[in-house]
Parts: sequence; C-alpha cells; structure tokens
Amino acid sequence: MPVTRSDIEKLAELSRIAITDAEAENVASSISDILMLVDQLQAVNTEGVAPMAHPLDAVQRLRTDEVTEEDQRDSLQAIAPATEDGFYLVPRVIE
Amino acid sequence: MHTKTIAELTQLLRRREVSSRELTEHFLQRIDQRDERYNSFITVTREQALAQAEAADQRLAAGDAPALCGIPIAHKDLFCTAGVRTSCGSKMLDNFIAPYNATVVENLQQSGAVMLGKTNMDEFAMGSSNETSFYGPVKNPWDTNCVPGGSSGGSAAAVAALLTPAATASDTGGSIRQPAALCGLTGFKPTYGRISRWGMIAFASSLDQAGVLTRTAEDAALMLQAMTSFDVKDSTCVDEPVENYSARLNQSVRGLKIGVPKEYFGAGLHPQTAAKVQEAIATYESLGAEIREISLPHTHLGVPVYYVIAPAECSANMSRFDGVRYGYRCDNPQDLTDLYQRSRAEALGEEVKRRILIGTYALSAGYYDAYYHKAQQVRRLIKQDFLDAFTEVDLILGPTSPSPAFPFGDKVADPVAMYLEDTYTIATNLAGLPGLSIPCGLVDDKPVGLQLIGNYFAEAQLLNAAHQFQQATDFHTRIAPGAA
Repeated sequence: MPVTRSDIEKLAELSRIAITDAEAENVASSISDILMLVDQLQAVNTEGVAPMAHPLDAVQRLRTDEVTEEDQRDSLQAIAPATEDGFYLVPRVIE
Repeated sequence: MHTKTIAELTQLLRRREVSSRELTEHFLQRIDQRDERYNSFITVTREQALAQAEAADQRLAAGDAPALCGIPIAHKDLFCTAGVRTSCGSKMLDNFIAPYNATVVENLQQSGAVMLGKTNMDEFAMGSSNETSFYGPVKNPWDTNCVPGGSSGGSAAAVAALLTPAATASDTGGSIRQPAALCGLTGFKPTYGRISRWGMIAFASSLDQAGVLTRTAEDAALMLQAMTSFDVKDSTCVDEPVENYSARLNQSVRGLKIGVPKEYFGAGLHPQTAAKVQEAIATYESLGAEIREISLPHTHLGVPVYYVIAPAECSANMSRFDGVRYGYRCDNPQDLTDLYQRSRAEALGEEVKRRILIGTYALSAGYYDAYYHKAQQVRRLIKQDFLDAFTEVDLILGPTSPSPAFPFGDKVADPVAMYLEDTYTIATNLAGLPGLSIPCGLVDDKPVGLQLIGNYFAEAQLLNAAHQFQQATDFHTRIAPGAA
C-alpha cells in the first residue's frame, strides 16, 4: 500500500520533525519502497507464534528502591542549550 | 610498530622495548599525516592519550600492568567519553560533551588501554556505507573510491589503515561485521547482552551490541575480555560467567561441526565472493572440521523483519533528541512545538529521519498488529531456525556481505538496495547470537569477509575457530595498499 504525501505529513507531525513539501514527496516514495519490502511478512503464517521482544527472553531485573546516583545537575545542565536557576528553558508554554 | 598486533605490542611494552608514550606518539603522528585520506577520525584526543600513556608507562615500570596496559585504541563515536565530544556522527550531537564514560570505555581504561580518539560512523549508526555521517564519508583504505562499509566505517578504516591497532564498534544489523569484511579485518559482535550498552548511544535497543574491530582473532579475544563485564546499569546486560577468550585459541578444530546454510548462497551473492567462501570451507575441511549443509528457511525474511523492528525502536530512542536538555537547538523557536520540529529537522540527516518516520508508521494505531507485532512473531521463527540448526552443528559459516566494497553513491538513492547489503548479518542480531567476520581472500584487490555464527555465549568457540583459520591462512596479514 503506497504511502501518500499526507500520510508523511501526519507521521512528521507525530515525530516532531518539520518537513518541506519536496521532502514529503521524496520520503513518500522511498518509504513506499521499504513498505513493499516489509510486506513480505504478511504472507508468513505466524498463528500461535509468541512475539519475541528480547533475544534471550529476559525479564526486567528488580532492585531495592534506594538512591544510588548522586546529584549531577550542574554537570548535566552545563551541556544544555539554555538553563536558568537550575531549570531548562523553553519557549513559553502557558500564557 | 603500526604493523604489529596487540598481542605483539603487549610483549614489546612488557619487555620495555617500547614505551606506551612512544607507541602513542607514533599512532598520533600517523593519524595526523594520513587520516586526511580516509576521514576515519572525528576527534583526536592527543592530550588525554599522552596523559594515559604516561600513566601506563608508570604502571608497566612498576610491574603492575593490566592486560592492555599502554595499548592505543580508538572508540567509535557513539560510546560516551567523559569530557570529550561524543557526536554519533550527527549534527544533533556536534556540541555534545559527554558527562560520563560508557561502561565499555571505562572497562578499557581500567585495562590500561590508551584512547587515541573517536572514529567516524554513519549518523546514529544508521547506514551500511558510512555515507550518512555529518562529518563526511569515510574512505576504504583498500580503494579510496569505495565505501568502508558501515556503520562502524571509521573504526574499520582506522584499523585497516594502521592508524590504531584496534577500535571499538557496535553492531545492530551488521555494523561491525560488514565493515570488517569490506576492510579486510576481524570484526566481532558478541551475544546480545554480553557487553554493557550503558553509555552506548542507542539505535535499536533489542538489537544493539558493542564489539570490536581488530586485525586478528587473537587481538579480538584480548579486547573483548577487557570490554566484558556484568553491569547493573544496563538492564539487558546478562549475568553469565565470562569465559577466558584466549585460553582456547590454540585448540584444534578437528571434529568441529560447521553448518553451511544453503540460503546464504542464493542469487544475491557475488559469484567471486561465493568462490572465496567455498575456498574457506575447504580450508576448514583440511583442518579436520566436518562440514554439513543446513537450512535456515526464514533467512529471506530477516531484512523485512529488521526494517520494522529497527526503525520502530529507533523512533522511540530518537525521541530524546528534543533540543531541550542537550544537543542542537534551532534559532529563535516560536513555541515549544516549533522548537522540537525545527531542532530535529535541522540537525538530523535524511536516513535518520526516514527511519524515524517508518518506525512511527509501524507503531501507529491501526498498523501496530500488521507490522510490529507480526515482525516480532517472524523474529521468533528466525531465532528458531538457528536453534534447530545448533542441534546439529557447532558453528554456522557463510559470507558476511554479498559483495566486496562498492563505490560511493552506488546505493544512496536506493535505500532498499543498501538494506540488502546486510542480508547475511541481520538474522544474527534478530536472534541475538554472536558472530564474527574474518578475511578470506581478495576479489579485484578488495577484501572478502567470511562470517562465522555461534550459539549463545559461544564467543570462545568462535574465536578459536577464527584463530585456527588465521593460523592456516595469511589473508588477515594482508595490508591495504599504501597503508604500511
């Protein structure tokens, strides 16, 4: 099923990526090619096959709920685009 | 000195015939003089390297030297290195100075290794030709008109050009083994979870695994030993005993049962590559291994499964790059949405965006069952193929890559052709198995890779089989023209 330009615009919005008309056109065609490749999967009989999320079927390890990390706010904020008084700055969200 | 292996250099260092400082200066000078040709490094860490070398020399003099003490190495630029730019080959992280070391980096540092710098790579490890890097393509030392493979193309080119004895790398669908094949190196991807992924920038978390590029299997064993540790900071890291990877290298392969999957020799395989792999099979037979034809019937579904699962996980992982906490931020954002959308649009490359969009599609409401769920089911069938095969054979052998290195631009316009480059390597990641590539000859003066795949945690057995091949052949000793 070919992907249309408007599908791509919707995906770009969901992915928070600004996209130009020319890009949308181009991406629509390459993604349609990739989906054609992927569509081979539809022909496979997978009835009763459990989906595989982890190669070793591992489960999440648990640990006691205690603080193991020390405060590194200053070093982590040193690489942020904009901070003030220990907060990350973004454009105003609430008027 | 640059033609010597890690095993040889370790001896020289321990006998004090060369100091780590001399060795480090030598490789730094080679990088300065030669890397303009290859573009294999993004960042050279001269000062840190010399400081680490001095410290290594003191430990060597004191007789308190850990395994890799004083050996220069390079890190793929997706391993976080404290105080050093960690770009992942992307404009998004061009200004990112990692605040901490990845576990792999920490372990190698503990082992006394000296970091020369950070190597070039496909942007966020998404590519098979190292053409998607923000820092420009890497050239293959065997033929600078050709790609080195990817995504660990910088690590591969740096080792093949003898600019470093070894480099770390990562493999999500073939990103260690395919560049190893195209650059004539030994490339090892361990079992999923064997080496900590903490501090290794994520692409597809259920597939990513750290590994190494070296010139010999013996050196790969030394590097992997130092890199491997159980790490509570990576929730997928496995707590299994670690074998001594060097102990079994010299064992005979007599009686070893090697399976050759018929599906790995189909229409897509370059006939001369196939011929080299057949010669390698004959070598193993002459060493006493028992060769059996096997079938991995779901092989053709590996690439389709991968291009659902990898982009899906990629789209989730890449959402952290939001222009707020670190990395690139666009100028004068109008509002928060504009900040997100333009920061990501301006700083991510075409291939990365394409994969985020495909992943978002595969995970969207209405498509999840048809794509992601279905792919996870077929993924289990692929794993089951291997489990069935390993009831009959010890190792699996085949080509690493369908053909030798290809010219720049050949596959850029056709993502599907580029993706098929990983046909023989992807299934190993989907199943989580260990695999390696070693050189098995030249076609048109370009290297061909032989792939060996082992059962879970069969690292030592794979290294043994690779080392025995390298004792019987000299392909791994060939050096790219002009590199010596």
